[in-house]
Amino acid sequence: MGRKTLVLAEARENQLRQVSYEAIAAGKKVADGGEVIAVLLGDNVSSLAPVLGHYGADRVLTVEDENLKNYTPDGYKQALKQVIDGETPEAIIMGHTAIGKDLSAVLAGKLNSALVSDVTEIDAEGDLTFTRPIYAGKAFEKKRFKEGLVFVTIRPNNIEALEKDESKDVSVSPFDVAIRDLRTIVKDIVKKTSSGGDLSEAKIIISGGRGVKSKDGFEPLQELADVLGGAVGASRGACDADYCDYSLQIGQTGKVVTPDLYIACGISGAIQHLAGMSNSKVIVAVNKDPEANIFNVADYGIVGDLFEVVPLLTKYFKEALQEA
Amino acid sequence: MNIYVIMKRTFDTEEKIAIENGEISDDGVNFIINPYDEYAIEEAIKLRDDNDGEVTVVTVGEEEAEKELRTALAMGCDKAVLINNEDVEDYDQFSTTVILAKYFEDKEYDIILGGNVTMDNGTGQIGPRLAEKLGIAHVSTIVDLKLKGEKLTVERDAEGDAEVIEVSLPVIVTAQQGLNEPRYPSLPGIMKAKKKPLEVLELDDLDLDEDDAEGLTESVEVFLPPEKAAGKVLEGDMEDQVQELVKLLRTEAKVI
Repeated sequence: MGRKTLVLAEARENQLRQVSYEAIAAGKKVADGGEVIAVLLGDNVSSLAPVLGHYGADRVLTVEDENLKNYTPDGYKQALKQVIDGETPEAIIMGHTAIGKDLSAVLAGKLNSALVSDVTEIDAEGDLTFTRPIYAGKAFEKKRFKEGLVFVTIRPNNIEALEKDESKDVSVSPFDVAIRDLRTIVKDIVKKTSSGGDLSEAKIIISGGRGVKSKDGFEPLQELADVLGGAVGASRGACDADYCDYSLQIGQTGKVVTPDLYIACGISGAIQHLAGMSNSKVIVAVNKDPEANIFNVADYGIVGDLFEVVPLLTKYFKEALQEA
Repeated sequence: MNIYVIMKRTFDTEEKIAIENGEISDDGVNFIINPYDEYAIEEAIKLRDDNDGEVTVVTVGEEEAEKELRTALAMGCDKAVLINNEDVEDYDQFSTTVILAKYFEDKEYDIILGGNVTMDNGTGQIGPRLAEKLGIAHVSTIVDLKLKGEKLTVERDAEGDAEVIEVSLPVIVTAQQGLNEPRYPSLPGIMKAKKKPLEVLELDDLDLDEDDAEGLTESVEVFLPPEKAAGKVLEGDMEDQVQELVKLLRTEAKVI
């Protein structure tokens, strides 16, 4: 018996987010042969819809309304609630993103439903089981839900998207909703995200600590990130010293990240920082102090001054990538 | 103004995690106020100082949380409430929300603050779930807050972007790092805190049965991440090291 499953797809700057494809793959597992329906909310998003089918959704619903241009809990809740009432799914999957983690909790609250947040692995053999980090990744727990509708949010970069199949015919249909009485009003959005985008979704992160020494000290890191198509992060030490914005902080307070490659520059490796990044797939440490704790979790280490090492990395990666 | 803060005690962020008999061990663990809840407490105190009224800090948890409630009182909260959640089966975020919603049912509140996430379970569910149960608006992960009459203007951190949001009271907001610098309790604050009211409630007092709050999810296993094998520290001339690293990342680790 399959489970009819809704997947919330998200677009950012008119591009679908990778985590949405991952959520479809997660939805397939949870659905266990049941129908997987991707839902795309926004004010002008229908042109993006077919790709969701190419990544595995059985059909796609587009919900377009001027009130869905920016995320508000009320607007998105009302829209998705109407889709839920219309489709009566048994499971709903979202990315554990700014939108997904908020909206899933709102709707789970409204519908008195189970919600398993920030899932990194789904085991669909036997009883459906979800693995999620606790204590910011210092430990993991496996969870099950009991009965009724379940919401699941998945952490970006952990569940692999299905292969894209562009030959597939995709059924896309609009779903009409009525949205009223928004209690929160978005007056303005100030873009702060640097190139390379959001840290939680970045495949490559170049991160700086106290060793970066100043605001300007982040420049070589940004140059390396630009060459590798990565994002720049920081340790708490660097944020507390005002070298960068708190939105860059990785650690137990701050963001927990799991990129393919994490390059820690001038970061000593306090336990709070390690909690936020030690589940990255490959870790490189660059530090002057050979005794620094960061070397204990690093796959590769260079003992040296980041201001010497990082520009060299930029230079040789540039060369290597040009040859490729 | 009636200001409430929802708080949870958590392991100190310095703590390593150990598992005993299939559960996370709290043996010898130092507890603290969840760091994000500290931002909420600080903001609540500032709001009260600017607008009059009182701050009540509420926690759902074990008796031992009295210690962290006293700390919150020492920081400047006026009253504290501990709701004992013992004997609730498969305790999860649904459980907390049921209990808090029942507690707030007969209260008058203008603003409820909390951390946007806890250090332990890290779900971030409680704020939005509770807002929905109470039928009021919420804004999560705020880094700035300004109150003018009944209108609140907040800045929300949305994955690095800042959204400026307007909302009317009553409202729930959850704090993100960067909202403020939480104060340390002062010595006079600690002395005063000893005399401030701290109410302990059982589920019975809220007309709740343990079954009403039974969780909708269950934890089947907890485990530690696998130990990492020792990494490779490169040696030699710096240019050579860097070239070798570039090669290793491309051919061995295959991440570039």
